[in-house]
Amino acid sequence: MQFTLNGKSKEISGNPAARLIDVLREECLMTGVKEGCGEGECGACTVLIDGEPVCSCIIPAGQVEGADVVTIEGLGGNHPLQELMMNEVGAQCGICTPGMIMAATKLGDAPTLEEVKTALAGNLCRCTGYSAIYRAVMKWKGMPEPENGDKLVILE
Amino acid sequence: MAAVGNSVARKDGIGKATGAARYADDIVFPDMLHGRTIRSTVPRGRIKSIKYDFDTTGFTIVDYRDVPSKNAVDLMSQDQPFLAEKEVRHMAEPIVLLAHENKETLNAANVVIEYEEEEPLFDREKSDLVFKSIDIIKGDVTNAFTRDDIVVVEGTYTTGHQEHVYIEPNGVIAVPEGDGMAIYGSMQCPFYVIKALRCLLGSAHPNVRVIQTETGGGFGGKEEYPSMISGHAVLLALKSGCPVKIVYDREEDMVATTKRHPSRVRHRTAVTRDGHLVAMDVDVLMDGGAYVTLSPTVLSRGCIHAAGPYVCDNIRIQGRTVFTNTPPNGAFRGFGAPQTEFAVEVHMERIAEALGMDSIELRRINALKPGDITATGQTLRDDCSAHMVLDEAVRRTDFVKKREQWKGTNRAIGLSLFYHGAGFTGAGERNLKSRARLELTPTGVRIAVGSTEIGQGTRTMHAQIVTDALGIPYETIEVAQPDTSKVADSGPTVASRTCMVVGKILEDCAHEMKEKLGKLSPAEYYAKNGEMTVERTYEPPDWIQWDDSLYRGDAYATYGWGCDVVELAFDPDTYEVKPIRITAVQEFGRPIHPALARGQIEGGTAQGLGYALLERVVMRNGAMANGQLTNYVIPTTLDMPEVDVVMMENPYPGGPFGAKGLGELPMDGPAPAVVNALRQMGMDVRDIPATPEHLSNCAVA
Repeated sequence: MQFTLNGKSKEISGNPAARLIDVLREECLMTGVKEGCGEGECGACTVLIDGEPVCSCIIPAGQVEGADVVTIEGLGGNHPLQELMMNEVGAQCGICTPGMIMAATKLGDAPTLEEVKTALAGNLCRCTGYSAIYRAVMKWKGMPEPENGDKLVILE
Repeated sequence: MAAVGNSVARKDGIGKATGAARYADDIVFPDMLHGRTIRSTVPRGRIKSIKYDFDTTGFTIVDYRDVPSKNAVDLMSQDQPFLAEKEVRHMAEPIVLLAHENKETLNAANVVIEYEEEEPLFDREKSDLVFKSIDIIKGDVTNAFTRDDIVVVEGTYTTGHQEHVYIEPNGVIAVPEGDGMAIYGSMQCPFYVIKALRCLLGSAHPNVRVIQTETGGGFGGKEEYPSMISGHAVLLALKSGCPVKIVYDREEDMVATTKRHPSRVRHRTAVTRDGHLVAMDVDVLMDGGAYVTLSPTVLSRGCIHAAGPYVCDNIRIQGRTVFTNTPPNGAFRGFGAPQTEFAVEVHMERIAEALGMDSIELRRINALKPGDITATGQTLRDDCSAHMVLDEAVRRTDFVKKREQWKGTNRAIGLSLFYHGAGFTGAGERNLKSRARLELTPTGVRIAVGSTEIGQGTRTMHAQIVTDALGIPYETIEVAQPDTSKVADSGPTVASRTCMVVGKILEDCAHEMKEKLGKLSPAEYYAKNGEMTVERTYEPPDWIQWDDSLYRGDAYATYGWGCDVVELAFDPDTYEVKPIRITAVQEFGRPIHPALARGQIEGGTAQGLGYALLERVVMRNGAMANGQLTNYVIPTTLDMPEVDVVMMENPYPGGPFGAKGLGELPMDGPAPAVVNALRQMGMDVRDIPATPEHLSNCAVA
């Protein structure tokens, strides 16, 4: 079968019933696609299929025949959200981060905090409590920290 | 500009955000096999027979007879086998290991095990096999209860299991190298793994090293269990001669590995009518599961924190952790304290209710101050901040006004006051003798410690401390990947000790190195004189006195202090609770890296809210029945309220740049604050998780 992976045409043999995540990780060596649950709950394996964020652990590979698939590797290493996720500590352990970034790429311009939350509702993070992820995403979108958003105060 | 106190660029690099960071499952070795664990399907019994109902060609099969030396995971006790021999004590206990080059073939293999089943013990109250009991006694509790000017308030509080749900499941790879073995894996404590493997392998296999790979979360869940998995991978690798990778899927990870200890805490408290605590009698029971693992120390920390951050002349805390036929419970952020602090904080709310007193006032009357003496007899120093965090949280949230305004509505506000001892308990740090090392490189300095980066910021925070102590640029500091053959044993990455204790040794190393460098920069010194290393051992403050037989003395060198305020909405039709805002006021000495510290508070608060409201482990016949993220629910973006973080500073002189421990503190506060808010609405909640099903059963007071 044939599909586009990170902008390049990809031909793979093998079982079309294989999980897309396994094909991406093991055959295409895109190990930025992470497996957290294997049942489409945690979102760590999120990739874009024709622009839509999808959990690659519950998609049979055959379903992407002819489709455009983008993994975290497809963003290159210079996407502004990647740097912001590190600087704003939206990534702690980092295992949810690639999927989180892929899900966030779907957001339009000038999103509200509620829109960010909804876009990321399918991606679990156990480290951050999500606040720092919102800060990274809002900054990427050129939005100020929401007025009623989290506050940080240091009292010496 | 100083590095400490500023949110400098993290030492992790960009790899976590580009997918380039290598976690255990991302690493492949030539000729690598995949390993699988065959586990018990009964909670208690004897193994009658094992039948391999598949074509075993190409398989490596290991059972207990393949253990070279001792079939015991060497932790606090040596009671837990790597592989069950004749007896099974809990569901999902490892019995047989299989390895094969093809994962599908491996997973299709059918092993049939017959058991002679025995009656399992699930009720912790009925267990008479006690792993550890603790008595903490201050004053004369019995006599104090005979006073005639007191009100007595009693209550029983329970907490459930909690699953860690690090998003990366456990995984290790054992790789034969020469006459030895290298183990790569997701873990918090590589030197624990080494200790366990030495016991497993004995003197015939001395050349073993353990390398921590990028680790996708731990929270205590990767403190002890990686020793078990590493042992399994090593046994398969020894027998096959090939590298063997074992990566758990989510369900195996949830069902088989450790969880937070469920608890039952009973309080009986004597208090004067004007709110002064006279006597606190506390009974703590924790379910240890089928093997000892770390239960004695979890109980210890739980008991030491069981009287809460309050002063009382007469305290008796009796604790037990007992055997049941369930998978062993173990370390989880907070380590016993979230259970006992939940109990005491809800109990304080009930005492205030019984007295008809404002619970803030009750806390103000009794909260610990410098000079006060704790349950173990420790005199608190100036770094005690209970009143400071309480006053700030009440003021900042407009607590009293909101509480009044929301009376009779479906909104409520509640708070909790809590503290958390940093570092190992009592003489623990003195006995541990942690070591840290700095090594000169051609361009700067390398930090070589076994402390692991598991998302909390170890690399960055250690580098900040060394940078400022040495007075050299942050960019010239590198942090070695923990490899037990190359780094100093800085002790386990647990107990909120990685900054306060290991950071302190590094600070001392840096001072010594600075002296040796004289006027030269590290690069100049290296070019002139070659290599230089400085290695030092931790020296706890000399005033720490601890008697382990009496459980008396200075339990911790210092404590972090917190006050959480939860504002929530309640749906009277569905019994759903929606937290609207949580204000976390926490004092932990001084933040080394404010953005990372904030992340610890926000993340720990999220885990605490999950513990309070969502996370219910359903045990059926001794096994977790909801071992999936579909039905074991942790907070998502839509569950999390706004989190306002307030960091207060009150430096601890024994920590690097005044820092105390932080990692666990945020876990202690959310659950009692949530329940205390629910109590404002007249619901008599004393147990968590407070799921809608549970709340519908809570009598309206």
